[in-house]
Amino acid sequence: MSFRFFVNGDPVEVEVPGMRRLLDVLREDLALTGTKEGCGEGECGACSVLLDGAVVDACLVPICQVDGTSIRTVEGLGAENKLNDLQSAFLETGGAQCGICTPGMLMAAEAFLASGGPSDEDSIREAIAGNLCRCTGYRKIVEAIAQAAEQRRAADPHPA
Amino acid sequence: MTRTLPPNSQPTAAPDALIIPLETRVPGRATTSLPLRREGPAKLTGVAKYADDLVFPGAWYGATIRSTEPHATLVGVDLAEAFDWSQVVVVTAADIPGDNVVSLIRDDQPILVPIGGEIRHQAEALCLVASADRETLRAAKRHLSVRTERLPAVFDPLESTEEFSHLEVGQGDLDVGFAEAELVIEGTYRVGHQEQLYIENQAMIALPHPDGGVTVHGSCQCPYYIHRALKRSLQLTDEQAVVVQAETGGGFGGKEEYPSMIALHAALLARKLGKPVRMIYERHEDLSATTKRHPAVVTHRTGVMRDGRLVAQEIDVVMDGGAYCTLTPVVLSRGVLHAGGPYRCPNVRIRGRAMATNTPPNGAFRGFGAPQTEFAAETQVNRIAEALGMSPLELRRLWAYREGDTTPTGQVLRESVAAPEVLEAAAEASDFVRHTEQTGRARAARASDARSASGIGLAMGWHGAGFTGSGEVHIAGVASVELTDMGVVRVLTAQTEMGQGTKTIFPQLVAEELGLEPEEVEVAPQDTSIVPDSGPTVASRTAMVVGGLIIKAARRLRAQVEAVTDRPFPDSYQLFARDHGGMRVDERFEPYPNVQFDDATYTGDAYPAFGWACAVARVDVDLDTGEVIVRDVVSADDAGRIIHPVLAEGQVEGGTLQAIGYATIEEIKLVDGRYLNDRLATYLIPTSLDAPRIEAILVEKPFSGAPHGAKGIGELPMDVGAPAVVAAIHDATGVWIHDLPATPERILAALTGAPTPAAPGVSVRAPDRGGA
Ligand code: FES
Ligand code: FES
Repeated sequence: MSFRFFVNGDPVEVEVPGMRRLLDVLREDLALTGTKEGCGEGECGACSVLLDGAVVDACLVPICQVDGTSIRTVEGLGAENKLNDLQSAFLETGGAQCGICTPGMLMAAEAFLASGGPSDEDSIREAIAGNLCRCTGYRKIVEAIAQAAEQRRAADPHPA
Repeated sequence: MTRTLPPNSQPTAAPDALIIPLETRVPGRATTSLPLRREGPAKLTGVAKYADDLVFPGAWYGATIRSTEPHATLVGVDLAEAFDWSQVVVVTAADIPGDNVVSLIRDDQPILVPIGGEIRHQAEALCLVASADRETLRAAKRHLSVRTERLPAVFDPLESTEEFSHLEVGQGDLDVGFAEAELVIEGTYRVGHQEQLYIENQAMIALPHPDGGVTVHGSCQCPYYIHRALKRSLQLTDEQAVVVQAETGGGFGGKEEYPSMIALHAALLARKLGKPVRMIYERHEDLSATTKRHPAVVTHRTGVMRDGRLVAQEIDVVMDGGAYCTLTPVVLSRGVLHAGGPYRCPNVRIRGRAMATNTPPNGAFRGFGAPQTEFAAETQVNRIAEALGMSPLELRRLWAYREGDTTPTGQVLRESVAAPEVLEAAAEASDFVRHTEQTGRARAARASDARSASGIGLAMGWHGAGFTGSGEVHIAGVASVELTDMGVVRVLTAQTEMGQGTKTIFPQLVAEELGLEPEEVEVAPQDTSIVPDSGPTVASRTAMVVGGLIIKAARRLRAQVEAVTDRPFPDSYQLFARDHGGMRVDERFEPYPNVQFDDATYTGDAYPAFGWACAVARVDVDLDTGEVIVRDVVSADDAGRIIHPVLAEGQVEGGTLQAIGYATIEEIKLVDGRYLNDRLATYLIPTSLDAPRIEAILVEKPFSGAPHGAKGIGELPMDVGAPAVVAAIHDATGVWIHDLPATPERILAALTGAPTPAAPGVSVRAPDRGGA
C-alpha cells in the first residue's frame, strides 16, 4: 500500500504494509533515526513524535493512520550548529545526559510549549509524564522547558 | 619518548574542605566558561548514532534462543523439517572456536550451553539464529525447539550450598564490645533485584573481516572487556578484534559485563554467515535476560552505650549472585567494606558470602553492592537513634568518621573525610531540625482516623572511589594525550560516554593544563584499534583515576613542547607539530602514594579515598493505602573536586531518583526463577510526576593523590536515598520498613500487623512444578 504524508514539512510517500509502525517507517524507510525505540509498547515515550501537532508514540501508530497527516520529528527542530531555543535550553541546563530519551522529550516539550498553557513546574511535569528518563532525575529537563517557555513568551507576549 | 621525563611534581597541598561557590576559581576546576556537553548538539538533533541507528548494508538480524527452565540438562536442539533452514544461519556451542566462556572473573558462564551441558537459569542462551529479515527470523524461532531434562533448582540464597565468594573484615574484639554495651539492637534487612533500565536497550552489531577477525559496534561501558572476550573465544589476535562504542543510551553498570555476551553472540553469527549481524535486544528480552542489582539479606547486631557511643558492630551480608559468578565477588566485597557505614567503631566484624541460585546472573549496577548494605546500615542507625531517644542527626555527629579514624580494614583515613561536612550541609539545607520538630508535633497530635502523614528522614553514606583494593594496580590503565601531526591536541582513553559527561570533562581537564580552550581539545573515539586500555568505565573511576592520568600526560606534553620551543604551549604547539611532527604521551597508572592493600588478609587501604554523602527526604504517606509520595530530597555529596558543576549535579539528581525508585517502587517478582514483571508496563521506574524535587549540594574535600583532587561522584547518591526515604516513612508513620522497596503492601502490613509480603528478590516455585 502507498501512504502520503508530510515529515518535517516535506511531502513523503511510502509503499509499505498498512500495519507497519510509524517508528519503523521513520527509522528504516526514511532513515530518520533521531526518533528512538525504548520499549515498543507505549511505555517510555522515546519514540514520541508530533502527529498534526499532538504527541504520539510512534511505536503504537500504524502507518495507515498517518496517511494525509503531518509528522514532526526531532530532525525538524534545529541543526547541530543551529539549535532551536528549546534544544539550546536543554544543552545549557544539562537536560540531556545519555540523550536517548531526548528526542522524544523534546517533541513532548514542543507540543507543550505550542499549547500555550501555563508553564509552571507542575504543568511541565505533567506534560512529560509519558516520557521516561533514567539519567537526569527530570529536574534539569523541567528547567530547560521552563527556560524555553520563558523565552518564547518574551519573544511573543501575545500569541495569536 | 614518554618514559624519560622525571616524575611529576607533587600536587599542591589540598585546601581544607568545603562548599566552594561554584564560580570560584580553584585548581582542577575549569572556569573561564563551563563547556557545554560535547556531544550535546548531536544528541539534541537526532544526529548522534546509537547502535540501532547504525546501518550496515546486507546486515542480518540475530536472535537468541533461551532456556525456559531454571535448571536442566540440555539434551538436544531440534530444527523442524517443515521449515526452509537455508534462509537462516544457526549457531550452537559447537561453532565456538575458542573457550566457551564469557571471560570475566571466573570461567563459569558459557556463551552458549553445549548439548549435554547444564542450564543454570531461565534466560540462559542455548543457541543463536539469524536471518535476512525479521519475519523469517520469527518463523525460524518457532520451528526450533530444545529438549531438556529438568534438574532440582535452588532459588533462595540462604538455602544455597554453592558459594561464589566470602570474606570477613573486622577490628577490635566483638566479645569485649558487646560485654561493654548497655544496649544491643538487632535487625535484618532485605533488598531485591533492581533493573538498571537504561532507556536504550542492549545492542551490538558484528562485522566479519575476511581474515576471521571481527569488528563490533555497540552500546557498552567497557570496550576492552569485550575485546578480551572476543579474542579468547574466537581465537583472535589483538588486531583482529576491534570494538567500537556506539553512542550509548545509559549504562549504570548494566552495560559493564553483559555486552560481552551479546558481542560474542553477534560475532559468532557474523563469522558463520560472512555478513554483518545485528543483535538488538527488545525491552522484554533485555529485562528478562540481562543482569540486575544483587538481592541481599543483611543482618545487624549493634552494641551501644546509653550516652550514644558505638562499641560493637556485628554484620552479616548474604548476596544472591544468581546462576553465574559475573562480577559477584567484587560486588560482595564492596558491599561488605561499606556495610558498617561511615562510623567510628572499635569492635567490628563484617562477614559476607555470595551464593548461587538458579536465577539469571546479577551484576553491576551503580553503587555496586554498597546501596544494599548501606540501606541496612543506615536503617539500623536510625533505629538505634530511636532506641536511645536521640536525634538521628545528633547520633551521626557523634559517630561520623573524621580524619585520623580507622576503618574495619585498618585503613587510617588520613585526608579527604567530608562526613561531617555533608551531614551538616544536608541537615541545614533541608532545615532538618525544624521539620523534625514539626512532624513530631503533628504525629503526637494526630487523630487515630487520620488519613495521611508527613515525615522527614536522614541517611548518610560513603563510597570508596575507584576500584577496590589493588584493583587499579592490576588494571594498570594507560591513557594518552597526543599532539597530532596536524597540530591538534586529542585525548585517548577507553573511557566511554554514556551520559555522565566523560567527553566534556576530559577536554576540560586537558585544556586547563595546556592553557587551551576545551573546544581546542579533541576526544578520540572509543575504538580499541585507536585508544589504549585505560580500564573500564565503572566504579566512579573515570574522573578520578583516568582524569588524573590525562592531567599528568598533558603536563608532560606541555613540558616537552615548551622545552623545545621555549615559548608557552598555547603559542607554540602548532608550530611544534609543523616543525617536529606529532607527539603522544602515554601515562600509566602508578599506585597512589601511601595507599596499600593486602588482598590475602583484606586489610589496609581498601580505597585510595572515599566520597561522602548525606540525603534528607520528605515524604507523605497515605495511611489508608500505604502509598508514599517522596516530596523532596536534599542530597549533599562530596566528590573531592567538582570539575563541571552542571554535570555533577546531573549525576546527583539522576542517582538520587534511581535511589528513590529502589526505595519505593522498583521490585522484580520471580516465579520458578523467572522474572515476572519483565516488561516496561510492569517494571515501573519513576516518571516526572513521581520524581521529588531534588536539590544537589556539591561539597569539595579534595584527595591529594589525584592531581585535580577529584574522587568520583556517580555512585554516591545511590547509596543514601533509599534509607533516607525509609527513615522519613518511619517519621511519618512510626513503623520501620526492613525490606525494599517500601511498597504500599509492606507499609500497610507494618501499620496494621497484617502478614508481611514475601521477602524481596526470592523466587516462589510454580505451583505445578515440584523442584528440589
Ligand atoms: S518505544 Fe514507543 S513508547 Fe517506548
Ligand atoms: S538522558 Fe538518558 S534517559 Fe534521559
